[in-house]
Amino acid sequence: MTIKQLLSRINWKGQPKYLHPAYTSTVKRAPQQPLIPLPHTLSELTGPVYGTGDIGPLDHDLSRNAVRNGQPIGERIIVTGRVLDDSGRAVPNALLEVWQANACGRYIHKVDQHDAPLDPNFTGAGRVLTNANGEYQFITIKPGAYPWRNHSNAWRPQHIHFSVFGANIMSRLVTQMYFPGDPLLALDPIYNSIADTEARERMISSYAHDVTQPEWALGYRFDIVLCGSKMTVFE
Amino acid sequence: MITQTPSQTVGPFFYDGLIRPGKPFIPTLVRDGAQGQRILIVGTVLDGDGVPVPDAMLEIWQADANGYHNHPADPNCAKADPNFSGLGRCDTVNEGRFEFQTVKPGRVEGQAPHVNVRVFSRGMLIHANTRMYFGDEAAANADDAVLSLVPLERRDTLIAPLVTTNGLPTYRFNLVLQGQGETVFFTP
Repeated sequence: MTIKQLLSRINWKGQPKYLHPAYTSTVKRAPQQPLIPLPHTLSELTGPVYGTGDIGPLDHDLSRNAVRNGQPIGERIIVTGRVLDDSGRAVPNALLEVWQANACGRYIHKVDQHDAPLDPNFTGAGRVLTNANGEYQFITIKPGAYPWRNHSNAWRPQHIHFSVFGANIMSRLVTQMYFPGDPLLALDPIYNSIADTEARERMISSYAHDVTQPEWALGYRFDIVLCGSKMTVFE
Repeated sequence: MITQTPSQTVGPFFYDGLIRPGKPFIPTLVRDGAQGQRILIVGTVLDGDGVPVPDAMLEIWQADANGYHNHPADPNCAKADPNFSGLGRCDTVNEGRFEFQTVKPGRVEGQAPHVNVRVFSRGMLIHANTRMYFGDEAAANADDAVLSLVPLERRDTLIAPLVTTNGLPTYRFNLVLQGQGETVFFTP
């Protein structure tokens, strides 16, 4: 008998398919051939290891990290949560990168031509590391909704993009955090690319009054669950 | 098992969030003093019409020149090259093209030298995951357990030819997301 380390895999029940025609950009970019199951060798069991040296002092505060001549416009919010693996264990030292539109629904990116103002004091980019309990927190401005050209009168719900590096490269995740009660969620083909209701709703943050700071900012809680839990098997 | 957070696309506007100067997310994996043979990996990301994809992001993950990773799961972690990062990231703004500067990885658990490659882009709700192998490692490739899982007629999509030895050895690895010559993708 040998002892072997494996990692939990993506559960497709709660994940999008590559081809989702309601999101038209998937049509020419979705692989069509069947995926080949990848064995978990040391190439997969490993991944980059990050620490506080990889994070700048204001990386976690998007309301301050791009200030030029004043505070950014919009509703200041606190976003906090835990990064867990799918066995429920905290993931410490997970690196989260976040990016988002400004309060008017405009990205700083040059190809964003939405007729809404840029904010000279906001770039909408930050990063943060989880602590020993898997907790993270950052401060930002609540992003606005914005139009896109996927279909007639298409608008993206308010969202913050998240990129996450967990304990190994197989837990790599890029996702989006949405806000509770947004009427655009029901109309959004990207959000609705997840067929399973429980998984889909995991992408909606919850309003957290215990995180809200009086006279200063509203709080939202957003927990993130990664695949790639370590499992030991006996063969 | 608790429900995993679903993947969503990086969208078209990730540039200012994910592509930044400075470490750790740059297309250069080596610092001065890195061990092994320096190489370039170049290529283009193409869609189902053969059109270059200018709004993708690639990430590569690989062992150092001795086949070690600076990660606690690797029993040789302590011996990993401190001047080699293992992870590289590159955009494809320039007509779908990317270029990584790295070293040729050593063998990991007897596998043929390879580089793990992930593709993120607008229009991809979940990233695509593949491996690049080296065209000048025919004998090792023939024995590789992961390559042997790939139908023979599609294996070439994972093997990057050595296209120049003038200056740094350069391997070309085009990524075809769909259709004729579609790159083999593994479970992400």
